Amino acid sequence: MASKYSNMTVKAFRRENGRVGVRNHVVILPVDDISNAACEAVANNVKGTMAIPHAYGRLQFGEDLELHFRTMIGTGANPNVAAVVVIGIEPGWTKRIADGIRATGKPVAEFSIEQNGDFETIRAASWAAKEFVHMTSEYQREECSISELWVSTKCGESDTTTGLGSCPTVGNMYDKLLPEGITGFFGETSEITGAEHICQKRAINEEVGERWYKMWKAYQDDVIFAHQTDDLSDSQPTKGNIEGGLTTIEEKALGNLEKIGRTSEYIDILEPAEAPQSGNGLYFMDSSSAAAECVTLMAAGGAVIHTFPTGQGNVVGNPIVPVIKITANPRTVRTMSEHVDVDVSGILRREMTIDEAGDELIDMICRTANGRNTAAEALGHREFSMTKLYRSA
Amino acid sequence: MSEIPHLLVHEHDDNVGVVVVEGLTAGTDMLCCVTHDNSTFRLTSGADVPIGHKIALKDLKEGDTAMKYGEDIGKIIADIPKGGHVHTHNCKTKRW
Repeated sequence: MASKYSNMTVKAFRRENGRVGVRNHVVILPVDDISNAACEAVANNVKGTMAIPHAYGRLQFGEDLELHFRTMIGTGANPNVAAVVVIGIEPGWTKRIADGIRATGKPVAEFSIEQNGDFETIRAASWAAKEFVHMTSEYQREECSISELWVSTKCGESDTTTGLGSCPTVGNMYDKLLPEGITGFFGETSEITGAEHICQKRAINEEVGERWYKMWKAYQDDVIFAHQTDDLSDSQPTKGNIEGGLTTIEEKALGNLEKIGRTSEYIDILEPAEAPQSGNGLYFMDSSSAAAECVTLMAAGGAVIHTFPTGQGNVVGNPIVPVIKITANPRTVRTMSEHVDVDVSGILRREMTIDEAGDELIDMICRTANGRNTAAEALGHREFSMTKLYRSA
Repeated sequence: MSEIPHLLVHEHDDNVGVVVVEGLTAGTDMLCCVTHDNSTFRLTSGADVPIGHKIALKDLKEGDTAMKYGEDIGKIIADIPKGGHVHTHNCKTKRW
């Protein structure tokens, strides 16, 4: 059924594989930690490019290595990225990541440092990067349906106002846009603890709900209970959450889950950094609740815009995905407004309804897709944090 | 709503509410609003409670369950009078 959201369009970049991106980045992507310096040198040489340094990529193995490759390839393959220069210490893993990104059809060039040194690698990679900047800077935005956007969510520095205002705002947006055909992501596995009975029921069917529960239980058993040294009272909820009035994980989880609204159901679950394969709809991604890690994983899964409710004022951003900050906390609006994109504190004063707040967020999603820089982009927040499953070999 | 509420409560079953104004002091005659249906009631705060923190809507006893969103959010570990501050000193998770 047509709604007032059905005909909404945005001006965005259509990529070679048909996906829609809202940014046009040329990324210089290190395969491993020791290639960061070369990538940063190339990004310094060639304006309009961006290096994405990170801490890992050596001596990883098994599932942890697969996650590394998936995160690297997914980041390069994200539709917000127009072209990629990949640099690694040796050619094998470098080629594996470059080929993974190349499958999207976008321009990719790869370089390895051994037998070349930083100088020769930087020289050759800079030429490739410069060509990519010339080429991609001529790409034009075109009209795309709002339904083609992949929109993720994860909240941070939550407090009791997130459950009252900013999370229901995101939920209202999903309730309105998922029926229009967008693809959505939510996650934060440990942070559903206390609301798992509700989350399981929000699956599209029992089979998906059971798979979700098994995944949640495995996180509890293999991550939390296997490593806990206390009752997690300083970690989950965090010190910031507690300062903001959240007392228990159950309370935090119930507020968190407000982000999927009243009617939305998830259609499948995803491994960390996995791209959806089951068509349009809402997905739960198995992920840490740490902001930068979670946003990085969802970006690698293909999200092009992230909606981020915050209470106490998490300042996180991402190198390739615009992160829209929403807060209902009037103190946060007063003390750190430079980080706030959507102020829904009117909900607490009962001057604004959740429905109105949802419409404001949808408007901000469209403006962001059209090119408006978010607060996190303007302030240079480019947190890129790999999720590591266990120690390297 | 012409007057701005001091305290928001999610559901009628809840026994705690959230302070949504800065600088709330003990003895304030609070306007409280249940967001489920925007119904209102009044309650006197029993302590200075920061924005975002919770207040007991009735006398809570050790061993009671704290209810918010109409759901169990943890156990009460020390008696709390109606209007009192509810937080980590008197309420704890049942999970870990």
